[in-house]
Amino acid sequence: MGPSRNTAAAVIAAFGMAALATAQQQQQIQTPPANAGAAAAQAGGRGRGGGRPEAYPQHPPGDPAAIERGKATFGVQCSFCHGSDARGGEGGPNLIRAESVLRDRDGETIAPVVQNGRVDRGMPKFDLNTAQISDIAAFIHSFRVAGYDASRDRPPTIVVGDAKAGEAYFRTTCSRCHSATGDLKGLATKISDPRSLQQAWLMPGGGGRGGRGGGGGGALTVPPVTVTVTMLSGQKIEGRMERIDDFLVTVMDADGLSRTIRRDGDTPKVEIHDPLEPHKQLLRTYTDKEIHNLTAYLVTLK
Amino acid sequence: MTVKTLIASASLYLIPAMFPGNAGAQGLSSADLLKPLANDWPTYSGDYSGKRYSHLTQVNQTNVKNLTLAWTARMTAGAGNAGGGGGGRGGGGGGAPTIIGGEGTADASAGGGNANIRASILEVDGILYLDTPDNAWAVDARDGRTLWHYVWKTKGGTHIGNRGLGMWGNWLYMETPDDYLVCLDARTGKERWHVEIANFSQQYFSTMAPIVVGNHILVGTGDDLDEPGYLQSLDPETGALQWKWYSVPMKKGDPGLETWSGVDAASHGGGNVWIPGSYDPETHLYITGTGNPSPAYTGQSRGEGVNLYTCAMVAVNVDTGKMAWYYQTSPHDTHDWDSAQTPVMVDADFNGKPRKLLVTASRNGYFFTLDRVTGEHLVTGKFSDTVNWAKGLNANGQPVREPAKDYDIGGALVSPNNGGATNWPPPSFSPDTGLFYVPTSDNYSMYYLTETDPRGAMGLGGKEEVGVATLGSYLTAIDYKTGTVAWQHKYPAATGGGGNGILTTAGRLLFAGDHGGNLVAYDPANGKILWHSRIGQVSNAPETYMLDGHQYILVAAEGSLFAFTLY
Repeated sequence: MGPSRNTAAAVIAAFGMAALATAQQQQQIQTPPANAGAAAAQAGGRGRGGGRPEAYPQHPPGDPAAIERGKATFGVQCSFCHGSDARGGEGGPNLIRAESVLRDRDGETIAPVVQNGRVDRGMPKFDLNTAQISDIAAFIHSFRVAGYDASRDRPPTIVVGDAKAGEAYFRTTCSRCHSATGDLKGLATKISDPRSLQQAWLMPGGGGRGGRGGGGGGALTVPPVTVTVTMLSGQKIEGRMERIDDFLVTVMDADGLSRTIRRDGDTPKVEIHDPLEPHKQLLRTYTDKEIHNLTAYLVTLK
Repeated sequence: MTVKTLIASASLYLIPAMFPGNAGAQGLSSADLLKPLANDWPTYSGDYSGKRYSHLTQVNQTNVKNLTLAWTARMTAGAGNAGGGGGGRGGGGGGAPTIIGGEGTADASAGGGNANIRASILEVDGILYLDTPDNAWAVDARDGRTLWHYVWKTKGGTHIGNRGLGMWGNWLYMETPDDYLVCLDARTGKERWHVEIANFSQQYFSTMAPIVVGNHILVGTGDDLDEPGYLQSLDPETGALQWKWYSVPMKKGDPGLETWSGVDAASHGGGNVWIPGSYDPETHLYITGTGNPSPAYTGQSRGEGVNLYTCAMVAVNVDTGKMAWYYQTSPHDTHDWDSAQTPVMVDADFNGKPRKLLVTASRNGYFFTLDRVTGEHLVTGKFSDTVNWAKGLNANGQPVREPAKDYDIGGALVSPNNGGATNWPPPSFSPDTGLFYVPTSDNYSMYYLTETDPRGAMGLGGKEEVGVATLGSYLTAIDYKTGTVAWQHKYPAATGGGGNGILTTAGRLLFAGDHGGNLVAYDPANGKILWHSRIGQVSNAPETYMLDGHQYILVAAEGSLFAFTLY
């Protein structure tokens, strides 16, 4: 659709916001577009993460009495086909995203459709007056319009797997490095939200490592990526890897001192030790069922 | 002057009064735009082919180690922060005029901040023309001095980026986030007119670099609601509409409707056209990629069909606005993997015979070689080995989606993530090596279904994507004959995004930004590193131009322009 999906941060910011939004918040009007543009532009970062979905004109809050009247009229005349929430029903399209509604302010572009019908598309004409249509418009415009559409009917839980099968998978695969009674004891107490737990075991330390969005693994201590640099003299410099590109590597030693070393092709020799490498390689092997089963088991490790 | 009235009424094909074919020395003629990339950079990809391959050789493998900074200039967006647009090192920016336009009231850049330069920058007769959302500049290509700065006051909307300006004669064309096409006088920055190109109430936003072909300005827009995508052609003198091509069926009888559940779904089916395409003067075909179908994820309302002509390469005749052929790279997409990557036109041997080809690496992880005259499929390759959303290829070489990988209440582990195995950053093709170059990434996300309403959600809603990991980011070279990876340079840190586009030159060089904030010159034959300079995160594709007998390499990083040359 738009370029916005280039932007990891943008998408996550939007969904994060969407997740937090309550039904009531969704109905609140947004910041007036004049200010919103400015605020959002400032929030937009650089590179791929730049920008985020910004405020489009939403309708100002309508007269509550008009919205109530409109809701009643809509319920009687429109909701069978268009759904009680105007998002589509028995044969009738979603009105929230319809051009004639998006362009409308007070019923003026909705009225011709209602009063004349769209017989070719199966919509009869309705004998409603301008005031009634204005009320219906007020009701439809009370819904927030957003492509980053907040979920309304959320599933109760993400735990859908078989804990027993998950335990068996744990024994054959995870137990090479982990123990349910050792390092993972109380895991589900440390991370009580199952989705955060799932993201955390998939990639401890969260999606911040090259992924995007938080993985909820903050409760886990993940050993850092370390590096061994072997200088031409044979001297070895070891420590936490601070940064690396094709030209430099920065190593923090045990005393917390950082040292940046020039790289020229394969000289000096640089070996990276990523403690999460096994987790990364396993990503290529999991089935979704295995993931769900393992999570169903791990949520029992209270 | 506003000519909104014109666009409202003009659905007729308007014959232009004249071509600016022999405009003054400062003018850019339609004929100039037909030439292969040489001393100037007059259109988005340098020339119409999309190859981003320059014939300049002054900077080459033997001397690139001496490449050095000629000038740098910091660009500051917004009227309040302008002061001539920042002087850069050379200073002297003070006094450059700032021109204000716009239909809205907000200065989106109020408060300052670095200009977000994603754009391809035009270079014509020693002057650079660039833009960011709501801002355009003319900059002296010799020293980075700002000549004028134009600021558009906005109504709001998605300010995600802007891909660049279009030029015809002495006129520049800029899309604004709130859906206007603005025509500026390149000599002064003064506005000639602006026209509305999409309806802001429908949440369209506009980022594309206008492409000028003959007497057509081709413009597209983006949208994250469920509104239909379209490409339109406007008259360069007046902005009047010449034709409009919808990427989805809009009414009964339109071709492709059988691939949707019905007219309402199709006409709310997305397929936005937001990245510049390429143009073949011999066939008069403008070939571009279309965006994802909509709603993007909870696509059940779209029906089980392939949802034409979303996520496709489409060839549109610039004279008539009619589609000649299409090839869908993601049939019935369910991950918002737009096919919005500038396709590259290559004239090269295929199976021992010269052939007019089109190559593209898609966000979904697959590479395609097509015949660009007929749209015939020739090659499919997979360039990210983590990609797991397809069961395989069908007889026409298209990936066949695995529905279980759409999303799951318990989460579906999918590669690539929404950002894709690649994205809009421009690829390049070098005729010297016969290789296609593209920034790529192996990455995974979990996709959770969060909307159980059987009607689904709108736009990009209804699911939550949570990133898992990026296993590797690469500069990738692909053989168009086989679709296989010829070589990859793996960046040492596996963070996403290795640069924002690629340039190749006849000097046997490949320029690209890396994840560490370096502009790097590589050997396009094998990826060997030849030169680098750390300038900060590179935000656009490197370009090159020749001026006063010197070849310049131009790139943007962290709100500044950097021009390198040899002395």
